[in-house]
Amino acid sequence: MTTFANALASAAVVVTVAAVVVLWRRRLRSILVALSIQGVALAALATLLGAHEHDGGLLAVALLVLLVKALLIPGLLARVIAATPGARETDPLVNVPASLVIAGLLTLVAFVAARPIVALVGGPTGRLVPLGLATVLIGFFVMVARRRALSQIAGLLLVDNGIALVAFLVTSGVPVIVELGSSLDVLFGVVVLRLLLARLTAAGVRDLDQLRSLHD
Amino acid sequence: MNLASLLTGATQLALVVLGGPLLLGLMRTVRSRLEGRDGPPVSQPWRDIAKLAHKQRTRPNESSWIFPAAPLVLVATAATVAVLAPLATLTPPLSASTDFIAVIFVLLVGSVSLALAALDTGTAFGGMGASRALTIGALVEPALLVAVLALSLPLHSTNLIAIVAEGSAHASVLVGPSHLLALGSFVVVILAESGRLPVDNPSTHLELTMIYEALILEYSGPDLALVTLGESMRLAIWFGLFVNLVAPWGIATHAGALAILLGVLAVALKVALAGVAVALFEVTTAKLRLFRLPELLAGGFILALLGVVTGAVMR
Repeated sequence: MTTFANALASAAVVVTVAAVVVLWRRRLRSILVALSIQGVALAALATLLGAHEHDGGLLAVALLVLLVKALLIPGLLARVIAATPGARETDPLVNVPASLVIAGLLTLVAFVAARPIVALVGGPTGRLVPLGLATVLIGFFVMVARRRALSQIAGLLLVDNGIALVAFLVTSGVPVIVELGSSLDVLFGVVVLRLLLARLTAAGVRDLDQLRSLHD
Repeated sequence: MNLASLLTGATQLALVVLGGPLLLGLMRTVRSRLEGRDGPPVSQPWRDIAKLAHKQRTRPNESSWIFPAAPLVLVATAATVAVLAPLATLTPPLSASTDFIAVIFVLLVGSVSLALAALDTGTAFGGMGASRALTIGALVEPALLVAVLALSLPLHSTNLIAIVAEGSAHASVLVGPSHLLALGSFVVVILAESGRLPVDNPSTHLELTMIYEALILEYSGPDLALVTLGESMRLAIWFGLFVNLVAPWGIATHAGALAILLGVLAVALKVALAGVAVALFEVTTAKLRLFRLPELLAGGFILALLGVVTGAVMR
């Protein structure tokens, strides 16, 4: 096994492990740290791919990913919880041990479901696709099982990072313009959600399930 | 089995018996220094064992043969593993059949026998400690088995010696993501199984939180000396196995006297470093609530499972 394949796999594994950590840790600050590490791992993966294929565009994408996913988005969200530093996911719909086991099952599902893609793409990149799919599935699960608005945003970001991971692996890197579009999309989404979250916090809503109807 | 492999086995046993209590003492000394106390000397566990061995033995009236047998089982299982496991050398006796899963379950027999003995005393603390210890044991086991599966994937073999030898021969195995995830899970398992923080506070005598101390509350005199010795041997074996899976450098690859001497020194140094690292970690961490333990151990399990998936993906 080459060093390149090993390093690539390590970066992809860090992305998936960070998704699991979002489920594992209750403190909202730890969740943001995990998201930030996930962004760094994605950027490292893009850098590795770019260096391996001598593709300058991919290095620019890596820089963009680092800026947006590792710094900007976690930074924006950190400002929301700055008022309550010890904030936790107190009462998730599915408790933590059970949700970790479910995350394990989702990983196995991703492993089985990704077989055709792995067979199609092949090589050191293609066989890591199950890890990206697992990240997407875990992200969906976080959105379903968590009550705090910030955790649900984290779930959305996990889905996005998982999709980005699959995109990097399957296409050996995406064009800068595509990544720019998707990153800015997510960034604007997070900005809007952040504003909404600040309003919710100001209104004293801690749990999204408490919202029965939308008032003006 | 020839004379040379018997001698290496005896060397490993002597190393674990002598070194186990010293490891315990080292960890206590590091902790007390960091907490601003002088603390006992490193050799204190040995002095305690020697003192206890001369004391009178008392046993609960209602207890059966299980109570006196448990310390013997604990020491015997630890000694068996100490002879067979690849701690200082890759050529211990019976090296062709040293199965990883068998080694782990022989070690776990020791903890189960202690839990049985605690139930045997018929006291409230014994029952509480046994219930907690077995709960943790039941949660640790899946993580441990899946971690072993992840470690054995590259070789298609659960032979412990082959796994360590592979790591010592090819350093690229050691930095593989699957290997690292399995070892991450192993850290959680070892902390739980050897009763260290954040799972159990080894220095507590507060009734409501203690686990391991509640198990051995009724032991006294020579029985307690055996229990202390057995537990410290188990700690040394867990650490020794772990450091050899992380960094098997210096381990003796053939049965020469010099190589084995080097292997002994290397494993002693690595285990001491691991002990200092765990002591540092223990100073900075708080004990988890009992009801939060499943979260930690499920985390260990999922790390191991990801290790297996990664190993399967990368093949």
